[in-house]
Amino acid sequence: MTHLLSLTGLTKAYPGVVANDNVSLHIEPGEVHALLGENGAGKSTLVKMIYGLVRPDSGEMRLHDAPFAPPEPRAARAAGVGMVFQHFSLFDALSVAENIALGMEDAPKMRELSEQIRQVSDTYGLPLSPDRIVGDLSAGERQRVEIIRCLLQAPKLLVMDEPTSVLTPQEVEILFKTLRKLSGEGTSILYISHKLEEIRTLCDAATILRLGKVVGHCIPRETTARDMAEMMVGKVLTSPKRSGVTPGNPILELSGVSLPSPSAFGMPLRDISLTLCEGEILGIGGVAGNGQDELLAALSGERPARAGMITFKGQDIGPAGPNRRRGMGLLAAPEERLGHAAAPDMSLTENAMLTGAVREDLEQGGFLKWPAARAFADRIIASFDVRTPGPANAARSLSGGNLQKFVIGREVLQRPDVLVVNQPTWGVDASAAAAIRQSLLDLATKGAAVIVISQDLDELMEISDRFAALNEGRLSEPRITKGLTVEQIGLMMGGAHGMEVAHV
Amino acid sequence: MDLSVINPILLIAALMSAATPILLAATGELVVERAGVLNLGVEGMMIVGAICGFAIAVESGSPLFGFFAAAVGGALLSLLFAFLTQVTLANQVASGLALTLFGLGLSALIGQSYVGIKPPRLPDLNFGLLGDVPIIGPVLFSHNLILYFGLALVAAVWAMLKYTRVGLVLRAVGENHDAAHALGYKVVRIRTLAIMFGGACAGMGGAYISLIRVPQWTEGMTAGVGWIALALVVFASWKPWRVLLGAYLFGGITQLQLNLQGAGVAIPVEYLAMSPYVITIVVLVILSADKSAAPGSLGRTFHASN
Repeated sequence: MTHLLSLTGLTKAYPGVVANDNVSLHIEPGEVHALLGENGAGKSTLVKMIYGLVRPDSGEMRLHDAPFAPPEPRAARAAGVGMVFQHFSLFDALSVAENIALGMEDAPKMRELSEQIRQVSDTYGLPLSPDRIVGDLSAGERQRVEIIRCLLQAPKLLVMDEPTSVLTPQEVEILFKTLRKLSGEGTSILYISHKLEEIRTLCDAATILRLGKVVGHCIPRETTARDMAEMMVGKVLTSPKRSGVTPGNPILELSGVSLPSPSAFGMPLRDISLTLCEGEILGIGGVAGNGQDELLAALSGERPARAGMITFKGQDIGPAGPNRRRGMGLLAAPEERLGHAAAPDMSLTENAMLTGAVREDLEQGGFLKWPAARAFADRIIASFDVRTPGPANAARSLSGGNLQKFVIGREVLQRPDVLVVNQPTWGVDASAAAAIRQSLLDLATKGAAVIVISQDLDELMEISDRFAALNEGRLSEPRITKGLTVEQIGLMMGGAHGMEVAHV
Repeated sequence: MDLSVINPILLIAALMSAATPILLAATGELVVERAGVLNLGVEGMMIVGAICGFAIAVESGSPLFGFFAAAVGGALLSLLFAFLTQVTLANQVASGLALTLFGLGLSALIGQSYVGIKPPRLPDLNFGLLGDVPIIGPVLFSHNLILYFGLALVAAVWAMLKYTRVGLVLRAVGENHDAAHALGYKVVRIRTLAIMFGGACAGMGGAYISLIRVPQWTEGMTAGVGWIALALVVFASWKPWRVLLGAYLFGGITQLQLNLQGAGVAIPVEYLAMSPYVITIVVLVILSADKSAAPGSLGRTFHASN
């Protein structure tokens, strides 16, 4: 029998690292094939080779049993390979139709193209208006733009890189329906993810990569998520544990926090009220762009609120700035590692100094105590297993997972009474994510209160005691996590954001 | 004071001529910036174009050949900028400033033996009967070829950006170079071509000054017009028709204030002299209050990493 795409012995080396080492993989027509692996396992290099962005050093690719070596993405698209990127591939200032035209070889006239877009979006249950500007779309709608862009070229193989990381459960369901319909029509799908439950419900076969090598194949439906995770990581995973703690006294209180939107693409906070107790973890879910960044900024003091809105340890800290809040024990770690949580081109020592100066006593009379800062950075690196040659390295040089461990560790080690984190494990591999979650749980066990803002519902279900959702800048009433169903959570998150349920 | 000496028809005809150097340079720079590159070397490319055009026109006796040479000269100089910013990934602001300084020096060197010479004159086009129509005739049909070329260029750039695939790709590269690269567009090649287009336009703008506006060569004769063109692109929100409006506004007020000075208006000369700058900027700032923003990748260095 002939495979749709078969890769044999693909190898690609970069200076100092072999990204793909003798990788072989076969995809059948109409198959949904999962590619699993931690960050740095070589998934994206492999996909880039299939899509013609990177050329393999050695090895062979065959499509429909004919040699396949696309020198550039154009050639890959012409051969019937479409790719939905995780980031970077849409143009905010252009309209949906213009974005789609850019991804096509010979785009038809705009009017015909708009018509085709409407047709495809009806057929596959992906509602989308061709005239809208992409900058105004939600994450789920942006993804639809990319999918439709691929579908218009009638691909034989659709590559999807972490497609569900920004979607609500309802949106995920719509996406899966679309993908199943596609595979039913004979289109193969190469699905990259590290969300194992999704892979189990959607995929027919899986290939697992670790450190650039194929370490196993499996049929996801017949394999437990735990087994797959262990193959991915190469060791036995311990899931985060916590000893039961009963929440103590209220420590942080928000009453009616309302703030205007900080920018044209931001979200105002609307009347957010909430009481947080010692020893408790509150999970805040919601689709990205519904006020997560704004809530974190209001809590950290980046955007001070008005007097009386925020009470911490019985004191009104509404108008207080970040340093005063830090001094009192309210710490925060924002979402974006490069540029917000850490200064990319500064060393780890300097980054440790930046947030640690107040609580770790790293400055005196305006002068910086570099030895103490270095010791603090060393302590973070040691206790959070940050893989780096040393604290003198620039933050940018660390991989995402390692920098995330550093950023979270830096706050945890400052003994916060309340810690607010946004997307603590975004883009982080399974073992690093487990370590980060465990450290948050340990912090709560010691009596601190933690607010975890995250897009990852599994993560929130796993570690939080109570769950609330942000929707259009409003916070839902927090509910005890135990026993919440996916439907209830979806409703709290505001459903599928004005979309009709797909008619597939 | 006698305002009746100001002839509105001559004034409008003169403003179109005064605006053309800025219009040409700004239209070129608009394309460059839409491709995501900030080239601050417009002034340098203009002055090099001014001397190249002047020298070749004098040597060959053909002003049109001079304009062609000016375009080539500007484009060649801009290639230096393209090499620095697109190949060696140097900082665009510093490279652009260096280009201006280099262009001023280079043009002074080339121009040493051309001081005090009169270039051949580019005749106005003859539209026959149209030129005799009252008011419209002298305003619209009494100009040289390059002035009409400038207007046509604005229209062509507008249509190119709005309706053609080339324009879409150009905007995409300027908006998000990483995404454009991921889709397989050649970011560096597209930007280099845009930079050369900008250089050619700036060169022609410069030659318009040395061959038509002030038909002679003096060192540094562009006198900051390149900087005005740069500012115009920003205040025009990167839209071709607004560049035209801004250039005509600037040219018009320049002419008007000269006429007012001639008519002896009781306003200090300094205020009159600064008025074109102030009024142009105020009007364009008011216009740019809508939400149109700069190209997303403007001024950022592109490095294809894979």
